[in-house]
Amino acid sequence: MTILVIAEHDHATLKTATLNAVTAARQIDDLIHVLIAGCGCGAAAAAAAKVDGVAKVLVADAAHYADQGAENVAALISPIAAAYSHVLAPASSSGKNVMPRVAASLDVAQVSDIVAIEAADTFVRPTYAGNVMTTVKSIDAIKVLTVRTTAFEAASGRGEGAPIEALPPGPDLGLSKVVGREVTKSARPELSAARIVVSGGRGLGSREQFHALLDPLADKLGAALGASRAAVDAGYVPNDYQVGQTGKIVAPQVYFAIGISGAIQHLAGMKDAKVIVAINKDPEAPIFAVADYGLAGDLFEIVPQLVGALG
Amino acid sequence: MKILVAVKRVADANVKVRPKADGSGADVANTKMAVNPFDEIAVEEAVRLKESGVATEVVAVSCGPSACQEQLRTAMAIGADRAILVECTSELQPLAVAKLFKALAERENPQLVFMGKQAIDDDANQTGQMVAGLLGWGQATCASKVLIADGSATVTREIDGGLETLQVRLPAVVTTDLRLNEPRYVTLPNIMKAKKKPLEVISAEVLDVDVTPRIITQRAAEPAKRSAGVRVADVTQLLDKLRNEAKVLP
Repeated sequence: MTILVIAEHDHATLKTATLNAVTAARQIDDLIHVLIAGCGCGAAAAAAAKVDGVAKVLVADAAHYADQGAENVAALISPIAAAYSHVLAPASSSGKNVMPRVAASLDVAQVSDIVAIEAADTFVRPTYAGNVMTTVKSIDAIKVLTVRTTAFEAASGRGEGAPIEALPPGPDLGLSKVVGREVTKSARPELSAARIVVSGGRGLGSREQFHALLDPLADKLGAALGASRAAVDAGYVPNDYQVGQTGKIVAPQVYFAIGISGAIQHLAGMKDAKVIVAINKDPEAPIFAVADYGLAGDLFEIVPQLVGALG
Repeated sequence: MKILVAVKRVADANVKVRPKADGSGADVANTKMAVNPFDEIAVEEAVRLKESGVATEVVAVSCGPSACQEQLRTAMAIGADRAILVECTSELQPLAVAKLFKALAERENPQLVFMGKQAIDDDANQTGQMVAGLLGWGQATCASKVLIADGSATVTREIDGGLETLQVRLPAVVTTDLRLNEPRYVTLPNIMKAKKKPLEVISAEVLDVDVTPRIITQRAAEPAKRSAGVRVADVTQLLDKLRNEAKVLP
């Protein structure tokens, strides 16, 4: 069986999410092709060619892939997909945007957000905010999947180097165009792949306090910053900080939940962390039920103490 | 301009759903049901577009058992003008629902199809994109802002790295994210009015769609349990545990 992995990239670099997707693909079978649709994306293609386990990289390089819009990318993938047994993408914003269109055009179902592979046609995925883990079997001839990247290790980028094949670009459907972008620029590690996450909730009280308290802690720990829905809704941080059922899914070595009550929807995004630390003034907060270490008290005193003690 | 809005009947967001003891699926018997929160946001947005004069008619659509009529009445109480139930007692999956919506879109000719970005039961995040794909329409998913003008939708999307603003030609599919709006409280007078609004019930056969599931659930299980944690008294104890017990900090 040959498996097609749709790469996550920004033309210049390959995102780690692609490496997690390749690992998932390798659990299904050995013959893996990676597809890169982009504009001026030679560097991303070269990086994909070095990923351990990749047999071939297919590149479609054209102006109408610069935005990586779902309509054009899906229209490229669909005719090619028929030759593969499985088509996978990371369950990132773009993977989630594109893949269902591919599945629909192939008249097959999609299995979203898989966390384990039991057989070539059998996958485990979370439902009901991760409270019900379902094992499902796809009866379609082509399996279209999105992969929860935190559930699979990243393949190494030190493979031998696969051949890169240029693909004729697909059609430019002209249905949509990007007219603006506001991307968070940060020197911190990326939230979904960080080893340590410092996450704040409504308990922080304001944007100023969120950053005054948590930035130094994140700095000391080399951590990414995350937030609960409440903190994002209140405007403390931008939307891409949100961890939860409908936000980012994270599985770091340590997750600090600070001033976060622990709603079901938040837990869905972080309960696979190796160690969970909760700091909250309410000793009955639901977060303490999942925390490995719980410290009930005033976060405005505790967090500065923690920063000081970290030296 | 007509807007078709999807309304899915799901277990209420505040309920912690568990698998059935026999592992055959999720246990939602006797669970409070509600409109999928993201679909409620979609209905609210469609109604606001009508109130601002952009849309002329909002049609709420649900696919599923007869009980979905409850959720359609809620949608009409928020302000949808009429509703359609595609009645089906067997399991409906995103591909089947997308085909039903395609058939309805061909019948109703809306300029916009709104739905939630995902349903909080299956968390699939597929149906809107599939509808757009089947119809050959543009799509704008995870919308946190929607502006309709001059035959286009200008939609701000919440994406992994922040925000992206997309201009999509109409007709298009827009899926809604949390911060698009805060749905209004449904007032009693509007609930009463909704009882009299038209609700059409049709069957999937009438729309000539094969709704056979393609994904078979083998089992449903609890997630791996975390072992019980401990309370620590202060920062010193916390750091000690993190360094020496869990060994996750140097």
